[in-house]
Amino acid sequence: MSLGNYVHRESPIHRMPAGSKVLILVIGGTALFLVPDLLIMITILAATIVLYRVARIPMGIMVAQVRPIVWIFVLIFVFQLFTRDVAFAGMVVSRFVALLLLASLVTLTTPASEMIDAIERRIGWMRVIGVNPAKISLGLSLALRFIPVVAKITSEVREAQRARGLEWSVIAVALPVIIRTLKMADDVANAIDARGYDP
Amino acid sequence: MIEIRNVSLNYDSLSVLRDVSLTLSEKRIAIVGSNGSGKSSFARLLNGLQLPTEGTVVVDGFDTKKDGKQIRKRVGFVFQNPDNQIVFPVVDEDLAFGLKNLKLPPEVIEQKVTEALSRYDLLAFRKHASHHLSGGQKQLIAISGVLAMEPRYVVLDEPTTLLDLRNKRRIAEVIDSLEQTAIVVSHDLDFLRNFDRVIVFEDCRVVIDDTPSTALARYVERLS
Repeated sequence: MSLGNYVHRESPIHRMPAGSKVLILVIGGTALFLVPDLLIMITILAATIVLYRVARIPMGIMVAQVRPIVWIFVLIFVFQLFTRDVAFAGMVVSRFVALLLLASLVTLTTPASEMIDAIERRIGWMRVIGVNPAKISLGLSLALRFIPVVAKITSEVREAQRARGLEWSVIAVALPVIIRTLKMADDVANAIDARGYDP
Repeated sequence: MIEIRNVSLNYDSLSVLRDVSLTLSEKRIAIVGSNGSGKSSFARLLNGLQLPTEGTVVVDGFDTKKDGKQIRKRVGFVFQNPDNQIVFPVVDEDLAFGLKNLKLPPEVIEQKVTEALSRYDLLAFRKHASHHLSGGQKQLIAISGVLAMEPRYVVLDEPTTLLDLRNKRRIAEVIDSLEQTAIVVSHDLDFLRNFDRVIVFEDCRVVIDDTPSTALARYVERLS
């Protein structure tokens, strides 16, 4: 479940509290594994697609959630086809697709900050063991924010090393990336400090 | 008013600033100097990101060594690279970050975020992922994030260095229109010509402190 995919729309699903959405996902996701019938599973899958319409998420974005791992679904289908039958293979794949789409729907309709606030509230009890939930939630936000930045740094370093014929040298790529990332971490810490962060 | 009294700054045995004393009261103050001259370290002293090894930095009567919270409220800091300053994945979440740190109620935060984004026609980007913005847009978001906190002073450390000509001009206009006192570290001398005061650092000391026309002419002369 990636928290950085939020798509802003006005919809009842967007307006639902993040905690409720996660709770429904946990219960619904578990319930999916209790469904024994292909027809019911296809109905659930269709209902999930309707939920995307309700959330006003474009179909292209919905398909993009499944596309990167479609080959895994194909492998699962083929495996189940040989060990059981077409109906069972269809049911298993439909179940995973529905689960993936439901999980994605939560992240597509929930801003990272709301999700992180919900996590912060849920782990509030950890204060008694000396853990500061605010620091954990900021750490999560930073991780989300800087995944694309670190990816960009890596791409820049690889391009620079390609010019020197070192594109596939792990050390030649990893070392500059680590050094730049550590320097960036220092700057980010300063930026957080400069904006008065006091957990 | 910001007063810098006999300030020295050392990193272990390395001297970064030596016995600097200044009073900053003008509305537009430029800090220039070669790489390693101590100008960025000086800028960082002003909002307490760096604390002086010797001497004091006092902002409106608050000492950066003792009154960190008050200093952060009064002095905003814009970094050279906005990628390192924007800490949240979505634009409005990032603007809200500083305001949450001021412990403002959610409705006030919402209103101030809207105002800050409206100021530079950025409302359309409110729900955009920060990493999808252009360099100029990111720098505007970084400046908006600082201005939303309504500081009395804004320190900008080479805010135009990573930008193309068009975005440099835009950021220069934004700085020019600030209501706050702006203290700008820059290598872009043309951009500083309309400032009230230019301070030149060299070898960890202030070597020129004058009006832009005089200070920049002397600085260029020293460089050549």
